[in-house]
Amino acid sequence: MLGLNKNDTTLFVVIIILTILAPFLLNPFPTESTLAQFNAGYPDLMEKFVVFGIFAIGFNILFGLTGYLSFGHAAFLGVGSYSAVWIYKLFTYNVLPALVLAVIVSGIFAILIGFVSLRRSGIYFSILTLAFAQMSFALAYSVLSNPKFNLTNGETGLQIYANDLQLFHRESLPNFPHIFGLSMGSTYKLGVGPWEFQFNVAYYFCAIMMILSFYFAIRLFRSPFGMMLRAIKSNQQRLNYTGLNSRPYMLAAFVISGMYAGLAGGLLAVTDPLAGAERMQWTASGEVVLMTILGGAGTLIGPVLGAGFIKYFENIFSKINDQVLHQWFAFLPDGLEDFLVAIVHPFIGKGWHLTLGILFMLVVIFLPGGLVEGGQRIARTARRLMNRDKAADAANVSAD
Amino acid sequence: MDALLLQILNGLDKGSAYALIALGLTLIFGTLGVVNFAHGALFMIGAFCAVFIQGLLNLSYETVDETQKDFLGNPLKVKTPYVENWFGTETGAAIIDWSVPLAILFAIPVMIAVGVIMERGLIKHFYKRPHADQILVTFGLAIVLQEVIKYFYGANPIPTPAPSSLTGAFDFGVLLGFDPNAIIYPYWRMIYFAFAIGIIGAVFAFLQFTTFGMVVRAGMADRETVSMLGINIDKRFTMMFGIAAAVAGLAGVMYTPINPPNYHMGMDFLVLSFVVVVVGGMGSLPGAVLAGFLLGILESFASTTWATTTIPGINQIIIYVVAIIVLLTRPRGLMGRKGVMEE
Repeated sequence: MLGLNKNDTTLFVVIIILTILAPFLLNPFPTESTLAQFNAGYPDLMEKFVVFGIFAIGFNILFGLTGYLSFGHAAFLGVGSYSAVWIYKLFTYNVLPALVLAVIVSGIFAILIGFVSLRRSGIYFSILTLAFAQMSFALAYSVLSNPKFNLTNGETGLQIYANDLQLFHRESLPNFPHIFGLSMGSTYKLGVGPWEFQFNVAYYFCAIMMILSFYFAIRLFRSPFGMMLRAIKSNQQRLNYTGLNSRPYMLAAFVISGMYAGLAGGLLAVTDPLAGAERMQWTASGEVVLMTILGGAGTLIGPVLGAGFIKYFENIFSKINDQVLHQWFAFLPDGLEDFLVAIVHPFIGKGWHLTLGILFMLVVIFLPGGLVEGGQRIARTARRLMNRDKAADAANVSAD
Repeated sequence: MDALLLQILNGLDKGSAYALIALGLTLIFGTLGVVNFAHGALFMIGAFCAVFIQGLLNLSYETVDETQKDFLGNPLKVKTPYVENWFGTETGAAIIDWSVPLAILFAIPVMIAVGVIMERGLIKHFYKRPHADQILVTFGLAIVLQEVIKYFYGANPIPTPAPSSLTGAFDFGVLLGFDPNAIIYPYWRMIYFAFAIGIIGAVFAFLQFTTFGMVVRAGMADRETVSMLGINIDKRFTMMFGIAAAVAGLAGVMYTPINPPNYHMGMDFLVLSFVVVVVGGMGSLPGAVLAGFLLGILESFASTTWATTTIPGINQIIIYVVAIIVLLTRPRGLMGRKGVMEE
C-alpha cells in the first residue's frame, strides 16, 4: 500500500490507528478515580507526544541514518516557532501559511548551518552544531530583541498583541490559531459513564502532520537516498574513495532533518501561539537526542516511542509528590513506609531530571539500541523459551 | 590605551577559566581519546567543594545569651561556629574567612578521586564504542551530577566570598602612570589569573620534566608501542584523568568568589570550553591554553560599550563567530597537529 512493503504497511497502519484513537487509549482510568493522574489523554500532553514525535523522527533521519550527532537541533525548532508566530502577527491566524513559512525558514537556516558544520565530522560536527545552537539562542535571547530591531522579543517571548497588524484577520475568525475558521483550541468532550474523552482540533491536526511525517520518513528510509545515508554511517571514507561526493547527501539529510524540526516548532506555535528563546537552548537539543536514543536510533518507530515515553513520564513524575507516595506505600509498616518514601523522594517531582539522566545513562550503557532493541531482546528470549518448551515436550513425547 | 589595557585585564580571568577547563578537556582527549561532556560538571563540583567547606566551617552550636535580647524581647540565641570554639575566636574567624583557599586542599584529593572513579567505573567501558556513545554517556553523567548537586544545594546561586583581605581592588593606573581609577582590577581576579598560570605551568612541567609525564606523552603519541614496552599505560592515563578532573575542580573552587556557584554553571562553561578546544586545535595543550586566553580577552573587548553600540549583542556571539571562522579557514584549529582526531 502506498509504495510500502508489507511490514512497513502494518507498522504505518498501527501508528495511524494509535494516533487516531489516542484520546481513548491514553485515558483508561475514570476521571474521578485515584488512578486518573496516570491518564495522558488530555490535549496538552497528547499534542506534545506528536509534536516531539515529529521532532525526534526528523532528528533520527540525521543521527539514525548517517550517524552524525547534532547537538544543536533545537535551533531549528525555535526558528520554526518564531516564523509561525510572525505569520500570526503580520498576516493571519491561519496555521497553514505559518507552517509553510516555519518549514521554509528552518530549511534555509539548516542549509546555512549545515554547509558550515558538515565540513567537519565526528565530534567536531557535534561541537559545531552545539556552538551554532548556542549562538542562535544568544541571538534570540538578547541580540535580536533590541528596541530598534525586535525580532524575538527576548526573554518575554514572541506573542501576539491586540495592536498587531494581522492583515487578513477578520472579526468572524477565531482569535486563536485556526484552520479556515476551525479554531485549534476547540475541544469536543465525550462523556461515557465515568470516563471523559477529549477530542481536540489541534491534537488531530498535529497527529495528521505526524502521520504524514512518519510516512515520509518510511519512504526515505527505504529509498536509495536512505541507503546512501546508511553507507555514510558505515564508512564515509570508503564511500568517498569510490568517487562519490557524500557531502550533498549529508547536507540534504541535515536540511530535511532541520525542516522536520521547523515543522515541530511551527506546530508548537499552533497549539499555543507564542515562541520563546528557551526552546533553542542546548537542553532542548539534548532532550531530542535523549528521545531518539531512548527509543532506538536508526529505527522507524523508536524516536516516536522515545518522545512519548519521555514526555509521558516527565508529566507523571513531576506530578507525584510525597503525599501520593505515602498513599501508595500506606500498606507497609510505618518505618518502612517512611524509609521507602525517603528513598524515592529525590527522583520524583522536581527530581525528574535526575531520573531521566540515570535512565539515559543506563540505556546508553546497556541498551544502545534503545527501547526497540529491548523489545526485540525480550521477544527473542520469549521465542527461545517457547521453542525450548516445545522441544522438551517433543522429547518427552518421544521418550514415552 | 588605558581602556585597551583594562579590557585585556578583564578578559584574563574568564580566559583563565576557559584555559583551565579546556586544558583538562584536552588532557583527557589527548590521552584517552574520549570527549568528556561531563567536564563542565567537574568544574561545577569543584565549585561546590568550596561551598561544602564553607558550610562545614560555619557549622555552629547555639547558646542562649541571657544578657542580650532579640527584637521580640526573648533571650538572644548566639550561634558560635565550632571552629571558633576550638581555635579561639580570632583564629576561628580567620579560618572561616579563608574558606575558599582552604577548599583547595580539600578539592584536590576529592577531584582526583572523582576523576579516577569516573574513569574506572564508566569511561573505561567506552573506549571501543563510537565517539557518539562517549558524548552521550558523559552528557547523561553531567545531567546526573548536576541534579544531585541541585538536590543537595538547591537551584539558587550560593555566595562564597573571597577572604576579606583580598576583596579590594588594585589600581593599575597609578602604577603605570595613568590617571588614578582608570584601571581598577579586583585582587581576586589577579589571584585567579596567577593561580591559573601556576596550575597550567605545573601541568606542563609535570608532563615535560617527570618520568611519569614522559611516559604519558609517549602514550599520547603511540599508545600501543608504549604498552608493548611493558608499561602499564592504562594506569597512567587513569591518573591523568584524575589530574584533569582536579584542574577543572580547582578552576571551579577559585571561580566561586567571582561568580556565586549554581548547579548549571558547568554547562554554561562547557559549551564555550569546547569551542575553545576546537579553536585551539583538538589534542594540543598549548593550543587550548592560548585559545582560552585569546577568546576570553576577545569576549571582554566585545563587551565594551563601543563594540556593543556598533554591533548590538556582539559580546554574546563573538566566540562562536570566531570559532566558525577559524574552523573554516584553519580546520585543525590554531595549533592542531595533523592526524589528531581526523576521520
